[in-house]
Amino acid sequence: MSTTTQPVGAPPSPAPPSAAPARASSQGGRRRRGGPGGRALGLGVVGLWLSLMVLLPLAALTVRSFDDGLSGFWAAVTAPAALAALEVTLGVSVVVALVNAVMGTLVAWVLVRDEFPGQRVVNALIDLPFALPTIVASIVLLSLYGPNSPIGVHLNATRWGLGVALAFVTLPFVVRSVQPVLIELDREVEEAAASLGASNTTIFRRVVLPSLAPAVISGTGLAFARAVGEYGSVVLIGGNIPRETQVVSQYIQQQIEIDSPAAAAAVSVALLSVSFLTLFVLRVWATLSQRREASTA
Amino acid sequence: MITVTDARKTYGDFVALDDVSLEIPAGSLTALLGPSGSGKSTLLRSIAGLEDLDGGNVRIDGEDVTHQPPQHRGIGFVFQHYAAFKHMTVRDNVAFGLTIRRRPKAEVARKVDDLLEIVGLDGFQHRYPAQLSGGQRQRMALARALAVDPQVLLLDEPFGALDAKVRADLRRWLRRLHDEVHVTTVLVTHDQEEALDVADRIAVLNKGRIEQVGDPVSLYERPENDFVMSFLGAVSRLGDRLVRPHDIVLERDHATAASRQAAEGAVGPLVAARVDRVVRLGFEVRIELTADDGERFVAQVTRAEAERRRYTAGEDVVAWALRSEEPVGAGPVA
Repeated sequence: MSTTTQPVGAPPSPAPPSAAPARASSQGGRRRRGGPGGRALGLGVVGLWLSLMVLLPLAALTVRSFDDGLSGFWAAVTAPAALAALEVTLGVSVVVALVNAVMGTLVAWVLVRDEFPGQRVVNALIDLPFALPTIVASIVLLSLYGPNSPIGVHLNATRWGLGVALAFVTLPFVVRSVQPVLIELDREVEEAAASLGASNTTIFRRVVLPSLAPAVISGTGLAFARAVGEYGSVVLIGGNIPRETQVVSQYIQQQIEIDSPAAAAAVSVALLSVSFLTLFVLRVWATLSQRREASTA
Repeated sequence: MITVTDARKTYGDFVALDDVSLEIPAGSLTALLGPSGSGKSTLLRSIAGLEDLDGGNVRIDGEDVTHQPPQHRGIGFVFQHYAAFKHMTVRDNVAFGLTIRRRPKAEVARKVDDLLEIVGLDGFQHRYPAQLSGGQRQRMALARALAVDPQVLLLDEPFGALDAKVRADLRRWLRRLHDEVHVTTVLVTHDQEEALDVADRIAVLNKGRIEQVGDPVSLYERPENDFVMSFLGAVSRLGDRLVRPHDIVLERDHATAASRQAAEGAVGPLVAARVDRVVRLGFEVRIELTADDGERFVAQVTRAEAERRRYTAGEDVVAWALRSEEPVGAGPVA
């Protein structure tokens, strides 16, 4: 009975990415214990790469969006057409992300827990929306649900059409983030709950879902971010009707075409902020719900 | 009381349970002991309803539960790897069975506090399983299983994942707990020492069949076959017989050995052997020998005996056994 208590380990939390470049520069040539400068070199390369590929373009975009000053930025973002496009994009994306959260979890569940003929094929099919050029998806959906629909379903130039297209391209996110967690899930935990008298519904709600939640949340977040920025798959079936089915990416394209790059950049920055904020909040949420389970032996 | 009748379970060609029948008396602490693949865990999981039998039936306190799901069998189950609800605190883990039954909050709180005190985890209510040691997690799992007042408590290698010291502490603690709570308990283990230490009845399983059932002393003293003999406790092969190492007596010459064996009323072979090594293990001294037919065996003597006789490596001796069963049969020896 004199078993010792393990120290309450701090959960492993990834270092904030913003810290990486700063540390790389401040510790440039210094040798750290363990590796002959390898660590500093690694940080340096990563910092440089992230700066070139992500931070610099984002900074350029942000600067560009303020070409016409703060008022110009505000005017561009709050233009009725821009707001409408933002509203359509975010509205449809939220719905699609939520649908994905449920259906993606269900698909992952069936793929992991059930056995049926053709399982491997179905499993491989999940990745197809990743591999397919999104414009191909758009053509496929247009031929199926467009004006000449062979099955009599006409979703062309409707928000339903947008939703179907976005659901198609974002399908893999939740499935692929939930699947590995489901595979690793300890079946004995469910058996323990059953032995304590829990019904299958209760087991799923009280025992399985809390373990899946972080994966579902992060998958949903990725699906949402992808949906918000999607262009190729909606360009044909969406119809690009302003205030109806025009999504932000199409609106931005339109601004470029009418030669107002500052407005395009401003709306882009607004979209970027929404995406970033969403991912950030979901990330914090997922980390919090994961924290208790962390440091498990 | 648990009654298992003609339980049969196969996985493809593998027969996990080969028409097993077993009675487990109410209030007993019974160990199912056997090597891996002997069917002991399958038998336990069948009693719990976590495994469906292909044939036979299971009764708990007279009620046929063969086709009942685990939810309705009135069992508590403890797993080797704790099966803790990692996202719940210790309190919520233990309370789980009660909260899903929608018992009044005050009753749940009182019961959980009582159980946590019994298992020695009071003060750990608000910890998460990840913040507990293995031994503490297993005690939490026990409290969780006991919270629903099970008719039977089923433990599947409960101490298997713990280190030796904690394991020994915990099984003594389990024995004391059982003496207090008196719930019919079945414990699966592959560790004969654990079975002998904690159980008041042992069923030895091998290849999906029950070899022998009895209390620890009778199983150790009067094993019905070679398998039980060699699985419960150490054995040495002396001539054509299996004997306990501590029953072996070593003499300097054949005549002394023969006369002492006759004086003790013992039967069995006298085996000439050479001492290979003398190992002092605290109170006991283990003597490793090679018989003149090349068979290696081990004798165990007390420290006092070893000091009196001063066995040394390279010495020739004649070994005989105080007690031995009938000559070794054709049965396999583990």
